[in-house]
Amino acid sequence: MALPAVGAAMLEIENVSAAYGPVRALDGVNLNVGMGEIVTLIGANGAGKTTLLMTICGRPSAKAGRIKLKGQDITALPTHRIAALGVAHAPEGRHIFARMSVRENLQLGATLAAPANFARNLDRVLTLFPRLAERIDQRGGTLSGGEQQMVAIGRALMAEPDLLLLDEPSLGLAPLVVRQIFAAIGQINRERGTSILLVEQNAHHALALAHRGYVLVAGEIALEGKAADLAVNPQVRDAYLGG
Amino acid sequence: MPAFRIAAVLGLPLIGFKLVDQSGGEGLATRWPDLGAAIAIVFMGRFALSMIAEGATLSALAIGAGAVIAAILVPWPSVFLNVIALGGAALIVLRAAYGLAGPRPVAVIGAWVKPAGRLAPWALIVFALSLPLFGDRYVLDSATRITTYVMLGWGLNIVTGLAGLLDLGYAAFFAIGAYVTAILGAGFGLSFWECLPLAAAAAAASGVLLGFPVLGLRGDYFAIVTLGFGEIIRIVANNWRSLTNGSQGVGGVPHLNFFGLADFTANPANGHPSFSQMFGVPYRPIQRVVFLYYVILALALAVNLFTRRIRVLPIGLAWEALREDEIAAQALGVDRRRVKLAAFAIGAAWGGVAGAFFATQQGFVSPESFGFIESVMITAIVVLGGMGSQLGIVLAAILIIGLPEFFRFMQEYRQLVFGAAMVAIMRFRPRGLIATRRPSVTSR
Ligand SMILES: Nc1ncnc2c1ncn2[C@@H]1O[C@H](COP(=O)(O)OP(=O)(O)OP(=O)(O)O)[C@@H](O)[C@H]1O
Ligand SMILES: [Mg+2]
Repeated sequence: MALPAVGAAMLEIENVSAAYGPVRALDGVNLNVGMGEIVTLIGANGAGKTTLLMTICGRPSAKAGRIKLKGQDITALPTHRIAALGVAHAPEGRHIFARMSVRENLQLGATLAAPANFARNLDRVLTLFPRLAERIDQRGGTLSGGEQQMVAIGRALMAEPDLLLLDEPSLGLAPLVVRQIFAAIGQINRERGTSILLVEQNAHHALALAHRGYVLVAGEIALEGKAADLAVNPQVRDAYLGG
Repeated sequence: MPAFRIAAVLGLPLIGFKLVDQSGGEGLATRWPDLGAAIAIVFMGRFALSMIAEGATLSALAIGAGAVIAAILVPWPSVFLNVIALGGAALIVLRAAYGLAGPRPVAVIGAWVKPAGRLAPWALIVFALSLPLFGDRYVLDSATRITTYVMLGWGLNIVTGLAGLLDLGYAAFFAIGAYVTAILGAGFGLSFWECLPLAAAAAAASGVLLGFPVLGLRGDYFAIVTLGFGEIIRIVANNWRSLTNGSQGVGGVPHLNFFGLADFTANPANGHPSFSQMFGVPYRPIQRVVFLYYVILALALAVNLFTRRIRVLPIGLAWEALREDEIAAQALGVDRRRVKLAAFAIGAAWGGVAGAFFATQQGFVSPESFGFIESVMITAIVVLGGMGSQLGIVLAAILIIGLPEFFRFMQEYRQLVFGAAMVAIMRFRPRGLIATRRPSVTSR
């Protein structure tokens, strides 16, 4: 497989529609994430943001349109195959393994990575989130919300992904922890060149961090552009930045 | 309504009358002394408990002590009532003593629980290893039976406890291992040791065969299909007469020998030396029983060690991850189908090994031994044990298989005790006897 050119697309979503039974959740969505780019997706509750990330992971799979990763069509692949191609997902609600220790959660994150890199990757995650080092043997379910979010992101990083999908990492966290999490996301992108698709309600922080952004309204992309432009766009300011 | 009156109303039909065979058909016999004694027990028990509640703990203690003496001295109409009276009296004494001592005992007991929990597995192993030193034939046979179930429990634990697949037909794999060993042994003269890997392979293969189409099903549906599979295997064993000899079963399975080196008979006919000659000890029939016991103990411990090892490997972690959160596990790259199939096949293989042992030990295999109730027993052991706790499974096996054995003297009442024990466990320990999960790795 030839290496993709610099600046080429990491993720290309073309005209994707998705539905839960008769409920249509995505309607002809077009979205791109470039290599090494942070792209944020903002939108109201129920707009379909989580659905889009889940559709990238193949459940539900897209009803129409195409999803390509590094040029390869992944639309019809099962979830674990998509993960094996370099997509890691820190899902909404975190979904960490509650009865398992932090270390075991991180080990599971490394399912697809080369075992030889395990120690190095673990070290990186624990440097990024020193809090996790203190709690390495604690059960996931007994961690605080912020710590659980760190586990979810750390677990995704253990797979050495090319594309990291983050679904509302700031949900329910105190402002100080939100800043920590966003700083960590920036750091991951800068230090490893990981491409990131960030779903956020916290549009203020997300647009400050991202290179580009999309606004999803009722399953359709309503706006897209440079993050800095979106941040000053009157529509966006009214709807998502509290005026 | 006071307790003793309830006892009288309920006890009248339950205890007061007994159906007996008479010359001209069936008739009712009365058991008034039994009924009277039962009501007296309930009355005294209730009385003592109210006294404790009123604060008259010392008097309750006295009543309890008196009742203990009475339970021992009075000629009770039946053994069952005797046990109930003694047990009830002892409970009252304990309860009263507990009331007198205040809350301190809780702390004392609590301080003992942790170190005891850590020592328990080792104590159990030492006990199990030394059992032949003091157990007679009956004890060893019972222990062999219990250990077989411990092994089955540990095998099913891989499927149900670790991978979270509720398999209600596990006895099918037990049956396949047993039949492979019986047919190859009786028909082709293969020894247990030669049959062992074949039984494991056959069971694993059938596990894959069953698992392949159904692993996509969700929990409850999956359980029902495995239940059906268990029945299919039993029915096939019953009807494929040319192979399995139908309901008459396969007999003449070769006895277990000493690793193919010696036999456990006084004068072996097949050219092997006998075990007693080989080791220069006098021949005793129990040597075979002891060896059987040690073999099943070793096999069971092999499953235990295997489970311990595999739990910390990626595949073991993947099982637990799938059980905890299927979607998250798949997003991390866990191939759900393959990983579950592996659990199913491995669990089946161990079931097959246990079946091979069973066939050799019994010398005879018939469909009767592998009914639905067998699967239920094994599943109950795993669930009562605490889904994933290997120590819990041992305790549950002792309870479920050993308790009815232990209470054999109570005749028809023992199923009652068994049922009560099950209900009590699920009432007081709804997540099983040992419900905590220990992390597979710790840094300290
Ligand atoms: N499993 C499901 N079954 C049926 N409908 C669903 C399911 N999941 C989501 N939906 C519906 O799809 C639509 C989009 O939901 P989605 O979770 O993608 O929204 P979201 O943008 O992530 O919202 P939020 O910001 O609240 O997380 C909603 O109308 C929701 O009710
Ligand atoms: Mg969402």
